[in-house]
Amino acid sequence: MVKQKLIVIGNGMVGHHFLEQLAARPEKSLFEVTVFCAEPRPAYDRVHLSEYFGGRSAEDLALGKVERYREWGFELLLNDAVTAIDRDRKTVTAASGMEKSYDRLVLATGSYPFVPPIPGHEHEKCFVYRTLEDLDAIRAAARGARRGVVVGGGLLGLEAANALKELGLEAHVVEFAPGLMSVQLDAGGSELLKNKIEDLGVTVHTSTATELIEEVDGRLCMRFQGDRELITDLIVFSAGIRPEDSLARSAHLQLGERGGIVIDESCRTSDENIFAIGECALYDNRIFGLVAPGYTMARNTVAQLCGESMSFTGADMSTKLKLLGVQVGSIGDAHGRAEGAAAITFVDEQTGVYKRMITDNTGKKLLGAVLVGDTGDYDQLLQYHLNAIDLPEHPEQLILPAADGAAPALGAGALPAAATICSCHNVSKGQIVDAVQGGCCSLGEVKDATRASTGCGGCSALLKNVIDEELAALGMEVNNHLCAHFPFTRQELFHLVQVEEIRTFEELLTKHGSGRGCELCKPTVASILASLWNEHIHRKPHVGLQDTNDTFMANMQKNGSYSVVPRIPGGEITPDKLIVLGQVAKKYNLYTKITGGQRVDLFGARLEELPEIWRELIDAGFETGHAYGKSLRTVKSCVGSTWCRFGVQDSVAMALHIENRYKGLRSPHKIKMAVSGCTRECAEAQSKDIGVIATENGWNLFVCGNGGMRPRHADLFATDLDDTTLIQYIDRILMFYVRTADKLQRTSVWLENLEGGLDYLRAVVIEDKLGIGAELETQMANVVGTYQCEWKTAIEDPEMLKRFRQFVNTDTPDDKIAFVEERGQPRPAREGEIVRIAEPA
Amino acid sequence: MNQIAITHTQWQPICQRSDLVADSGVCVLTGDRTLRTVSAAPKSIALFFIPHAEPQLYAIDNWDPLAGAGVIARGLLAEIDGELTVASPLYKHHYRLRDGICLEDNSVRLGTYAAAFDGDKVLIATEPGNH
Ligand code: SRM
Ligand SMILES: Cc1cc2nc3c(=O)[nH]c(=O)nc-3n(C[C@H](O)[C@H](O)[C@H](O)COP(=O)(O)OP(=O)(O)OC[C@H]3O[C@@H](n4cnc5c(N)ncnc54)[C@H](O)[C@@H]3O)c2cc1C
Ligand code: SF4
Ligand code: FES
Repeated sequence: MVKQKLIVIGNGMVGHHFLEQLAARPEKSLFEVTVFCAEPRPAYDRVHLSEYFGGRSAEDLALGKVERYREWGFELLLNDAVTAIDRDRKTVTAASGMEKSYDRLVLATGSYPFVPPIPGHEHEKCFVYRTLEDLDAIRAAARGARRGVVVGGGLLGLEAANALKELGLEAHVVEFAPGLMSVQLDAGGSELLKNKIEDLGVTVHTSTATELIEEVDGRLCMRFQGDRELITDLIVFSAGIRPEDSLARSAHLQLGERGGIVIDESCRTSDENIFAIGECALYDNRIFGLVAPGYTMARNTVAQLCGESMSFTGADMSTKLKLLGVQVGSIGDAHGRAEGAAAITFVDEQTGVYKRMITDNTGKKLLGAVLVGDTGDYDQLLQYHLNAIDLPEHPEQLILPAADGAAPALGAGALPAAATICSCHNVSKGQIVDAVQGGCCSLGEVKDATRASTGCGGCSALLKNVIDEELAALGMEVNNHLCAHFPFTRQELFHLVQVEEIRTFEELLTKHGSGRGCELCKPTVASILASLWNEHIHRKPHVGLQDTNDTFMANMQKNGSYSVVPRIPGGEITPDKLIVLGQVAKKYNLYTKITGGQRVDLFGARLEELPEIWRELIDAGFETGHAYGKSLRTVKSCVGSTWCRFGVQDSVAMALHIENRYKGLRSPHKIKMAVSGCTRECAEAQSKDIGVIATENGWNLFVCGNGGMRPRHADLFATDLDDTTLIQYIDRILMFYVRTADKLQRTSVWLENLEGGLDYLRAVVIEDKLGIGAELETQMANVVGTYQCEWKTAIEDPEMLKRFRQFVNTDTPDDKIAFVEERGQPRPAREGEIVRIAEPA
Repeated sequence: MNQIAITHTQWQPICQRSDLVADSGVCVLTGDRTLRTVSAAPKSIALFFIPHAEPQLYAIDNWDPLAGAGVIARGLLAEIDGELTVASPLYKHHYRLRDGICLEDNSVRLGTYAAAFDGDKVLIATEPGNH
């Protein structure tokens, strides 16, 4: 059989999606596929491009992999742009000189950033924001620079401004129009966004037209209309995109008036053998500058090539995003341009929230919406809009802050089966319901089965609602089992272990579980066993249960080396001990950093070096800092009344006391504490799981604070406690938490889920409502009494030390771990810096 | 012309039974200068010993290509849908012990090797293959 020759020009996000869809079909074998890619690497995730500045590597962003294409049998030509199409001979010619013939051709050439022809725009410190190479160039230019200006206040411009800010520059945005994000937002929303963004330290110049860019004293000077000017070190243009249609133009395919390759509903261009998809394509006189519509075109074209019919009839351009930390959402006709449209607006100037809904002339259908500052209502509004669901009687309630239970929530149940839940992968509610009915019971299973929520991730909350609702409809209990091996919650297991005095994982598994366990239940059970019986985590039956960090009592770093964190209670340390830390770090060539927890972290130890390092530290009087465990981390303290002129109690002494008491306590998640010597709160106790603040009369106790991903202010639990009562309460609170929390639940979330909340916790701890106060204290006393420095025990036990061999059959070190020097210290070598990183074939 | 490939399973002693840790992993280096083995290029291989499983011994590449580090031996053993896997410690990808396939991305596959006990010795055959 002769295969059809299929050529794809452009390997961007949409081109890649096209190939991925084709590869998944049996018809793949009918085509001989060649892909021309102008960039030096296969497709990557442009949508998350900015994360390249946030630490993700080019590899992390990669979508297409060379090996994958090879596996699919597609020929991928990197770094080779097509320069001409000959439609008569049905051939394409590439920059390399290669000529190839096609039966079918797919143009997926995307778009390019538009740079307004301002005199001076070619200066070497002027950039655009589209490819990894662009970002590399910006990063290089930002070194040593102070200020950066983005020209263009649209969605991408603000993203670029954020990137400049993250690079440490003073960021400015210059926008020609009177408002920011004028495509998506109305005037009110745009104004509020501007205020919010200025509050974050980005200067915004609207209604500002740049007339000239010139170099002055080694910096750039931007001259604006009306005699204003701005000095900067670099400029990023983000003034819109233009379809990359030059090939199509010289091949005389039909183009739109302002560019773009004209396609019909089947994504065909004016030549029936040539398709165009993604940002280069123009449908109904519109360019679709988002991935979701591009993906739809890609799927459509694959269907056409496989002889099916499917039609592309435009796409919804609603967006929800976070710009510089400000939530912004825009749905449908945000400007209310339709005839008879009516608007309902809600503004809260204090919290900076702006919400506006546009309804049709009957007030029954939602035409569009604008949300700034709070996009919590986005999913629901979008569903009303996309599915033309009738609005409730008082539609304003949809955007008003919930007045106790009044909000008429649109449950997932109200959505029609055809409602699109995930627009990235075009998954409808019906498909999700089918998946659940077909036996998928968890979010993960549904994601695997339908691909929903595996793109931008924006739909995950809604997806979960649909799944939960469907599970409930099927009469299934929403499963809160620990994992597939134990049909119990953590709390139930804790109880079983305690009551039946179970000592090993095997025993618990035999009695109450099934199978062999996994990475969810093993560490959880290990933690329960440790909280109750406090045996060394390296004792024989427990060894295989721990996460790496616990197993090797150190935190694994990205290159497989480890960090070492000795305990420095309360942050107090003698000069001698500091010197030892320095000496050890020097001897083993460790990267040294002061942590956010008032101690010192030594990074880059090889597995086999850990015991030696710890021997030296222990000889100098250090103990393990449990930085690897779900256990007490640090007790932060301020200097307190000993030195500080304001201090009213000795906060350091109290911090030392509680750190030494609770060190080694294994718990559902890590625990952090702090003690401040007065109300000025220099130790930030109100952001900790346990926070103690000195008063004239004793101590105020705060509980269940959290920093991290979802910060929570701690609640004031009790006031003016004496030392003994303070400790008694902390004992009880911690043990109650250890007993009843879910796996990996910090105290903050635990309290929020505790029925009865803070009042109930007070009743249990202060009034001893459950009559378990004494028992909790005894249990804590047991943990405190059986404390051992795990590292001290380990270095004295030859059996345990055997674990710290890189290779059990030779002393040769692992040559894959390599370091280079930066700022006078070692750091892990990056790919390319290492001579040989991959395993030899 | 037909080509016929003939492969012999080349067993080599790699370590002692006492080097293994039940229900957990250790790492060995094959082809090291200091060892007398067949294959020339050194390769680090993770060995998992699961006393209650059949087979009891699994040998699989130690290099995790998705994490870009040699850490598989330090992963946690996890049974997923009845299959034994190791959860790589850095980003928790699961690799199936019997064939090295990554459950999260089945285009990625680690080499697996035959391994067996000979008395107290642990033997391993270093051409990758299924067993
Ligand atoms: C070293 C340090 C950063 C620094 O250079 O300052 C650090 C480093 C790590 N943090 Fe942290 N955190 C450090 C202070 C903090 C703080 C600030 C603090 O404690 O005052 C926070 C916010 C406060 C809080 O926890 O409420 C913090 C919130 C997190 C979180 C998010 C927790 C949350 O509830 O959202 C994680 C992730 C997790 O635990 O699941 C995390 C996890 C990690 C891990 C363990 C990630 C990992 O698994 O590899 C990092 C490795 C440490 C290592 O290899 O030694 N780290 N981390 C700090 C060590 C303090 C110490 O001496 O022990
Ligand atoms: C910073 C940034 C943030 C974004 N954020 C979002 C977002 O949050 N949500 C969203 O939906 N969209 C977002 N987008 C837009 C999204 O990235 C694009 O819609 C998507 O990449 C379009 O895919 P494409 O394949 O059509 O074009 P591209 O990804 O641009 O790919 C086209 C490829 O074709 C190549 N090419 C061009 N001409 C030739 C030739 N002659 N020969 C060979 N190859 C050629 C180009 O080099 C390029 O690699 C963002 C874009 C950027 C830059
Ligand atoms: S919290 Fe109070 S005592 Fe402690 S350092 Fe600050 S001002 Fe001084
Ligand atoms: S909408 Fe982007 S992943 Fe579902």
